[in-house]
Amino acid sequence: MRFPPAAKTTAPHTEQIILFRVSGQLFAVSSGSVQEVRSVDSLAGSATEISAPGLKKVRHIVRRGDKTLFVVNGALHFGLPLTSGLLVFVLRRTRTALLIDGIEKMTTMTRLQALPQAFCNEERNWYRGVTALDQNVVPVVRPEGFLTSEEITLLERSMAPAPLASEIAESSTGPIHDAAE
Amino acid sequence: MTPRNDLGAQSFVLLRLGDRRFAMVAEQIAELVAPSRVFRFPHRTETVEGVILRRGRIVPVCDVADQLIGKSLLTRRFYLIAVRNYGAKSEWVALPVTGECELISADMSPAGESDAAHVSGWISHEGDVIEVLNIDSLTPGPGATTPARVPLALQEATS
Repeated sequence: MRFPPAAKTTAPHTEQIILFRVSGQLFAVSSGSVQEVRSVDSLAGSATEISAPGLKKVRHIVRRGDKTLFVVNGALHFGLPLTSGLLVFVLRRTRTALLIDGIEKMTTMTRLQALPQAFCNEERNWYRGVTALDQNVVPVVRPEGFLTSEEITLLERSMAPAPLASEIAESSTGPIHDAAE
Repeated sequence: MTPRNDLGAQSFVLLRLGDRRFAMVAEQIAELVAPSRVFRFPHRTETVEGVILRRGRIVPVCDVADQLIGKSLLTRRFYLIAVRNYGAKSEWVALPVTGECELISADMSPAGESDAAHVSGWISHEGDVIEVLNIDSLTPGPGATTPARVPLALQEATS
Protein backbone atom coordinates (compact mmCIF):
# COMPACT_ATOMS: atom_id res chain seq x y z
CA MET A 1 0.00 0.00 0.00
CA ARG A 2 2.73 2.43 -0.86
CA PHE A 3 1.66 5.61 -2.50
CA PRO A 4 3.85 7.75 -4.73
CA PRO A 5 5.34 10.88 -3.19
CA ALA A 6 2.98 13.78 -2.82
CA ALA A 7 2.52 16.02 -5.81
CA LYS A 8 3.61 19.46 -4.72
CA THR A 9 0.67 21.69 -4.18
CA THR A 10 2.61 24.84 -4.98
CA ALA A 11 5.67 25.38 -7.06
CA PRO A 12 8.90 25.59 -5.04
CA HIS A 13 10.01 29.14 -4.47
CA THR A 14 11.90 31.08 -1.88
CA GLU A 15 10.44 33.90 0.09
CA GLN A 16 11.80 36.00 2.90
CA ILE A 17 9.64 35.64 5.96
CA ILE A 18 9.56 37.02 9.46
CA LEU A 19 8.88 34.54 12.23
CA PHE A 20 7.03 36.16 15.08
CA ARG A 21 5.35 35.13 18.29
CA VAL A 22 1.94 35.83 19.65
CA SER A 23 1.17 34.36 23.05
CA GLY A 24 3.89 31.75 22.64
CA GLN A 25 2.66 30.60 19.23
CA LEU A 26 4.97 30.94 16.26
CA PHE A 27 3.69 32.44 13.01
CA ALA A 28 5.30 33.60 9.79
CA VAL A 29 4.57 36.56 7.57
CA SER A 30 6.14 37.49 4.29
CA SER A 31 8.67 40.23 4.95
CA GLY A 32 7.37 41.99 1.85
CA SER A 33 4.01 42.34 3.57
CA VAL A 34 5.46 44.24 6.51
CA GLN A 35 5.79 47.94 5.85
CA GLU A 36 7.02 48.94 9.28
CA VAL A 37 7.87 47.38 12.59
CA ARG A 38 7.23 49.70 15.51
CA SER A 39 7.38 49.34 19.23
CA VAL A 40 4.11 49.79 21.03
CA ASP A 41 5.57 52.66 22.99
CA SER A 42 6.53 54.56 19.86
CA LEU A 43 2.95 54.39 18.57
CA ALA A 44 1.20 55.07 21.84
CA GLY A 45 1.25 58.81 21.35
CA SER A 46 -0.63 58.65 18.09
CA ALA A 47 -3.09 55.97 19.09
CA THR A 48 -6.74 56.69 19.62
CA GLU A 49 -9.13 54.38 21.39
CA ILE A 50 -11.98 52.85 19.47
CA SER A 51 -14.74 50.51 20.47
CA ALA A 52 -16.68 48.50 17.92
CA PRO A 53 -19.48 46.32 19.22
CA GLY A 54 -18.58 42.65 19.12
CA LEU A 55 -15.06 43.27 17.86
CA LYS A 56 -12.77 43.03 20.85
CA LYS A 57 -9.60 42.47 18.89
CA VAL A 58 -9.40 46.11 17.82
CA ARG A 59 -9.18 48.70 20.55
CA HIS A 60 -7.04 51.38 18.94
CA ILE A 61 -6.49 53.14 15.68
CA VAL A 62 -3.32 54.85 14.57
CA ARG A 63 -2.74 57.35 11.81
CA ARG A 64 0.05 56.66 9.34
CA GLY A 65 0.16 59.44 6.79
CA ASP A 66 -3.32 59.78 5.36
CA LYS A 67 -4.32 56.27 6.38
CA THR A 68 -6.09 55.15 9.49
CA LEU A 69 -4.90 51.76 10.65
CA PHE A 70 -6.72 49.45 12.98
CA VAL A 71 -4.54 47.89 15.65
CA VAL A 72 -5.47 44.21 15.72
CA ASN A 73 -4.49 42.32 18.85
CA GLY A 74 -2.97 39.12 17.45
CA ALA A 75 -3.76 37.07 20.55
CA LEU A 76 -7.44 37.97 20.43
CA HIS A 77 -7.62 37.44 16.70
CA PHE A 78 -6.27 33.89 16.97
CA GLY A 79 -8.09 33.07 20.20
CA LEU A 80 -4.85 32.74 22.17
CA PRO A 81 -4.28 33.74 25.80
CA LEU A 82 -3.99 37.50 25.99
CA THR A 83 -0.56 39.02 26.25
CA SER A 84 0.46 42.63 26.44
CA GLY A 85 2.04 42.92 23.00
CA LEU A 86 5.31 44.72 22.47
CA LEU A 87 5.60 45.28 18.75
CA VAL A 88 3.34 46.36 15.94
CA PHE A 89 3.60 45.22 12.32
CA VAL A 90 2.17 47.76 9.91
CA LEU A 91 0.96 45.45 7.16
CA ARG A 92 1.35 46.72 3.62
CA ARG A 93 -1.76 47.22 1.49
CA THR A 94 -4.07 46.62 4.43
CA ARG A 95 -5.72 48.66 7.17
CA THR A 96 -4.11 46.43 9.79
CA ALA A 97 -1.44 47.17 12.35
CA LEU A 98 -0.83 43.84 14.03
CA LEU A 99 0.05 43.74 17.72
CA ILE A 100 2.50 40.92 18.43
CA ASP A 101 4.77 39.82 21.27
CA GLY A 102 8.05 39.70 19.44
CA ILE A 103 10.06 38.75 16.42
CA GLU A 104 11.83 35.41 16.49
CA LYS A 105 13.95 35.81 13.39
CA MET A 106 13.98 36.47 9.68
CA THR A 107 14.50 33.47 7.45
CA THR A 108 13.77 32.06 4.03
CA MET A 109 10.86 29.82 3.24
CA THR A 110 11.49 27.41 0.38
CA ARG A 111 8.07 25.89 0.13
CA LEU A 112 4.63 27.12 1.05
CA GLN A 113 2.15 24.28 1.32
CA ALA A 114 -1.55 24.85 1.01
CA LEU A 115 -3.52 24.57 4.21
CA PRO A 116 -4.99 21.03 4.19
CA GLN A 117 -8.62 21.01 3.12
CA ALA A 118 -9.59 19.51 6.47
CA PHE A 119 -9.18 23.01 7.85
CA CYS A 120 -12.44 24.41 6.61
CA ASN A 121 -13.36 27.40 8.74
CA GLU A 122 -12.07 30.92 9.39
CA GLU A 123 -8.49 29.73 9.37
CA ARG A 124 -8.62 29.50 5.59
CA ASN A 125 -8.77 33.29 5.55
CA TRP A 126 -6.14 33.65 8.25
CA TYR A 127 -3.39 31.69 6.54
CA ARG A 128 -1.81 31.59 3.11
CA GLY A 129 -0.61 28.14 3.98
CA VAL A 130 1.90 26.38 6.17
CA THR A 131 5.61 25.82 5.87
CA ALA A 132 8.00 23.33 7.43
CA LEU A 133 10.97 25.03 9.07
CA ASP A 134 13.61 23.35 11.22
CA GLN A 135 11.40 20.34 11.99
CA ASN A 136 8.56 22.65 12.88
CA VAL A 137 5.36 23.55 11.05
CA VAL A 138 4.58 27.23 10.96
CA PRO A 139 1.41 28.83 9.65
CA VAL A 140 2.04 31.69 7.23
CA VAL A 141 -0.43 34.45 7.86
CA ARG A 142 -2.39 36.25 5.18
CA PRO A 143 -2.05 40.00 5.85
CA GLU A 144 -5.57 40.66 4.52
CA GLY A 145 -6.98 37.98 6.81
CA PHE A 146 -6.90 39.94 10.05
CA LEU A 147 -9.89 42.10 9.21
CA THR A 148 -12.77 41.19 6.95
CA SER A 149 -14.43 43.90 4.87
CA GLU A 150 -17.41 43.67 7.21
CA GLU A 151 -15.18 44.25 10.21
CA ILE A 152 -13.54 47.24 8.54
CA THR A 153 -16.95 48.70 7.79
CA LEU A 154 -17.96 48.17 11.42
CA LEU A 155 -14.79 49.83 12.63
CA GLU A 156 -15.17 52.78 10.32
CA ARG A 157 -18.68 53.32 11.63
CA SER A 158 -17.34 53.23 15.16
CA MET A 159 -14.70 55.83 14.51
CA ALA A 160 -15.26 59.25 15.88
CA PRO A 161 -15.04 62.11 13.35
CA ALA A 162 -11.44 62.40 12.21
CA PRO A 163 -9.50 64.63 14.58
CA LEU A 164 -7.40 67.50 13.28
CA ALA A 165 -3.69 66.93 12.89
CA SER A 166 -2.97 69.18 15.82
CA GLU A 167 -5.28 67.08 17.95
CA ILE A 168 -3.58 63.85 16.94
CA ALA A 169 -0.33 64.99 18.49
CA GLU A 170 -2.13 65.62 21.75
CA SER A 171 -4.29 62.54 21.75
CA SER A 172 -2.02 60.28 23.73
CA THR A 173 -4.18 57.67 25.39
CA GLY A 174 -1.49 55.60 26.98
CA PRO A 175 0.10 52.36 25.85
CA ILE A 176 -1.78 50.46 23.17
CA HIS A 177 -1.72 47.17 25.03
CA ASP A 178 -3.31 48.56 28.19
CA ALA A 179 -6.70 49.02 26.63
CA ALA A 180 -6.49 45.72 24.80
CA GLU A 181 -6.53 43.85 28.07
CA MET B 1 -34.80 -4.32 6.76
CA THR B 2 -33.25 -3.09 3.54
CA PRO B 3 -32.01 -5.95 1.40
CA ARG B 4 -28.23 -5.79 0.92
CA ASN B 5 -26.52 -6.70 -2.31
CA ASP B 6 -23.22 -8.49 -2.31
CA LEU B 7 -20.49 -6.37 -3.89
CA GLY B 8 -17.88 -9.15 -4.02
CA ALA B 9 -14.67 -9.65 -2.00
CA GLN B 10 -12.53 -6.56 -1.35
CA SER B 11 -9.57 -5.74 0.86
CA PHE B 12 -10.23 -3.85 4.05
CA VAL B 13 -8.11 -2.50 6.85
CA LEU B 14 -9.53 -3.20 10.27
CA LEU B 15 -8.77 -0.52 12.83
CA ARG B 16 -9.43 -0.32 16.50
CA LEU B 17 -10.81 2.63 18.44
CA GLY B 18 -11.02 1.82 22.12
CA ASP B 19 -12.62 -1.61 22.33
CA ARG B 20 -14.42 -1.33 19.00
CA ARG B 21 -13.37 -2.28 15.51
CA PHE B 22 -14.12 -0.49 12.27
CA ALA B 23 -13.06 -1.09 8.70
CA MET B 24 -11.91 1.03 5.80
CA VAL B 25 -11.49 0.04 2.19
CA ALA B 26 -7.77 -0.77 1.83
CA GLU B 27 -7.44 1.39 -1.27
CA GLN B 28 -8.21 4.41 0.88
CA ILE B 29 -5.28 3.74 3.21
CA ALA B 30 -1.88 5.21 2.47
CA GLU B 31 0.13 4.17 5.53
CA LEU B 32 0.09 3.12 9.13
CA VAL B 33 2.65 5.12 11.09
CA ALA B 34 3.83 5.48 14.65
CA PRO B 35 2.60 8.57 16.46
CA SER B 36 4.81 11.55 15.84
CA ARG B 37 4.82 15.11 17.04
CA VAL B 38 1.56 16.92 16.40
CA PHE B 39 2.10 20.53 15.45
CA ARG B 40 -0.67 22.76 16.65
CA PHE B 41 -1.61 26.26 15.58
CA PRO B 42 -4.76 28.32 16.01
CA HIS B 43 -7.74 27.33 13.89
CA ARG B 44 -11.50 26.94 14.15
CA THR B 45 -12.10 23.40 12.89
CA GLU B 46 -12.96 21.43 15.99
CA THR B 47 -12.22 17.93 14.78
CA VAL B 48 -8.71 18.76 13.58
CA GLU B 49 -6.11 18.44 16.34
CA GLY B 50 -3.16 19.71 14.40
CA VAL B 51 -0.85 18.42 11.72
CA ILE B 52 1.97 15.92 11.41
CA LEU B 53 4.82 15.92 8.95
CA ARG B 54 4.96 12.80 6.82
CA ARG B 55 7.08 12.30 3.70
CA GLY B 56 7.24 16.02 3.18
CA ARG B 57 3.49 16.39 3.42
CA ILE B 58 1.63 18.28 6.07
CA VAL B 59 -1.10 15.91 7.19
CA PRO B 60 -4.02 16.98 9.38
CA VAL B 61 -4.78 14.79 12.39
CA CYS B 62 -8.48 14.14 12.87
CA ASP B 63 -9.58 12.25 15.95
CA VAL B 64 -12.79 10.58 14.84
CA ALA B 65 -13.18 8.50 18.01
CA ASP B 66 -15.53 11.00 19.57
CA GLN B 67 -17.89 10.65 16.64
CA LEU B 68 -17.62 6.87 16.46
CA ILE B 69 -17.38 5.67 20.05
CA GLY B 70 -18.49 8.75 21.93
CA LYS B 71 -15.17 9.59 23.56
CA SER B 72 -11.74 10.82 22.59
CA LEU B 73 -8.83 8.41 22.63
CA LEU B 74 -6.67 8.47 25.73
CA THR B 75 -3.96 6.36 24.14
CA ARG B 76 -3.00 6.10 20.51
CA ARG B 77 -0.67 3.52 19.06
CA PHE B 78 -0.67 4.49 15.43
CA TYR B 79 -1.89 7.00 12.92
CA LEU B 80 -3.76 5.43 10.07
CA ILE B 81 -3.18 7.71 7.13
CA ALA B 82 -6.19 7.67 4.87
CA VAL B 83 -6.83 9.25 1.52
CA ARG B 84 -9.67 11.74 1.77
CA ASN B 85 -11.37 13.00 -1.38
CA TYR B 86 -12.23 16.65 -1.85
CA GLY B 87 -14.04 16.69 -5.17
CA ALA B 88 -11.50 15.77 -7.81
CA LYS B 89 -8.59 16.22 -5.40
CA SER B 90 -7.48 13.96 -2.60
CA GLU B 91 -5.37 14.58 0.49
CA TRP B 92 -4.01 12.53 3.34
CA VAL B 93 -5.71 12.60 6.72
CA ALA B 94 -4.23 10.97 9.83
CA LEU B 95 -6.64 9.08 12.08
CA PRO B 96 -5.36 8.13 15.53
CA VAL B 97 -6.11 4.46 16.33
CA THR B 98 -5.57 2.51 19.53
CA GLY B 99 -4.38 -0.86 18.32
CA GLU B 100 -2.87 -2.93 15.58
CA CYS B 101 -4.53 -2.73 12.20
CA GLU B 102 -5.24 -5.79 10.10
CA LEU B 103 -5.63 -6.31 6.39
CA ILE B 104 -8.48 -8.66 5.55
CA SER B 105 -10.53 -9.68 2.58
CA ALA B 106 -14.28 -9.68 2.93
CA ASP B 107 -17.52 -9.15 1.12
CA MET B 108 -19.09 -5.80 1.78
CA SER B 109 -22.78 -5.20 1.98
CA PRO B 110 -23.71 -1.64 1.02
CA ALA B 111 -25.06 0.74 3.61
CA GLY B 112 -28.79 1.00 3.98
CA GLU B 113 -30.87 4.15 3.97
CA SER B 114 -31.08 4.13 7.73
CA ASP B 115 -27.32 3.93 8.20
CA ALA B 116 -25.36 6.99 9.28
CA ALA B 117 -23.57 9.01 6.61
CA HIS B 118 -20.18 7.81 7.78
CA VAL B 119 -21.10 4.18 7.02
CA SER B 120 -20.36 3.10 3.48
CA GLY B 121 -21.15 -0.54 4.14
CA TRP B 122 -20.82 -3.52 6.41
CA ILE B 123 -18.56 -6.53 6.51
CA SER B 124 -18.67 -9.67 8.57
CA HIS B 125 -15.45 -10.83 10.21
CA GLU B 126 -14.81 -13.33 12.99
CA GLY B 127 -18.40 -13.23 14.10
CA ASP B 128 -18.63 -9.45 14.16
CA VAL B 129 -20.52 -7.20 11.82
CA ILE B 130 -18.26 -4.21 11.28
CA GLU B 131 -18.97 -0.79 9.86
CA VAL B 132 -16.97 0.19 6.81
CA LEU B 133 -16.20 3.86 7.28
CA ASN B 134 -16.71 6.59 4.74
CA ILE B 135 -13.75 8.84 5.45
CA ASP B 136 -15.16 11.63 3.28
CA SER B 137 -18.15 11.90 5.55
CA LEU B 138 -16.26 11.38 8.78
CA THR B 139 -13.64 14.08 8.45
CA PRO B 140 -14.12 17.80 7.91
CA GLY B 141 -13.87 19.51 4.58
CA PRO B 142 -15.18 22.50 2.66
CA GLY B 143 -18.92 22.83 2.93
CA ALA B 144 -19.10 20.08 5.53
CA THR B 145 -20.90 20.47 8.78
CA THR B 146 -19.52 18.91 11.90
CA PRO B 147 -20.72 15.33 11.81
CA ALA B 148 -23.15 14.43 14.52
CA ARG B 149 -22.12 11.94 17.15
CA VAL B 150 -23.22 8.46 16.13
CA PRO B 151 -25.87 6.88 18.33
CA LEU B 152 -24.70 3.74 20.06
CA ALA B 153 -27.42 1.74 18.33
CA LEU B 154 -25.79 2.43 14.98
CA GLN B 155 -22.35 1.40 16.05
CA GLU B 156 -20.78 -1.99 15.46
CA ALA B 157 -23.26 -4.77 16.02
CA THR B 158 -22.28 -8.24 17.14
CA SER B 159 -23.82 -11.01 15.14
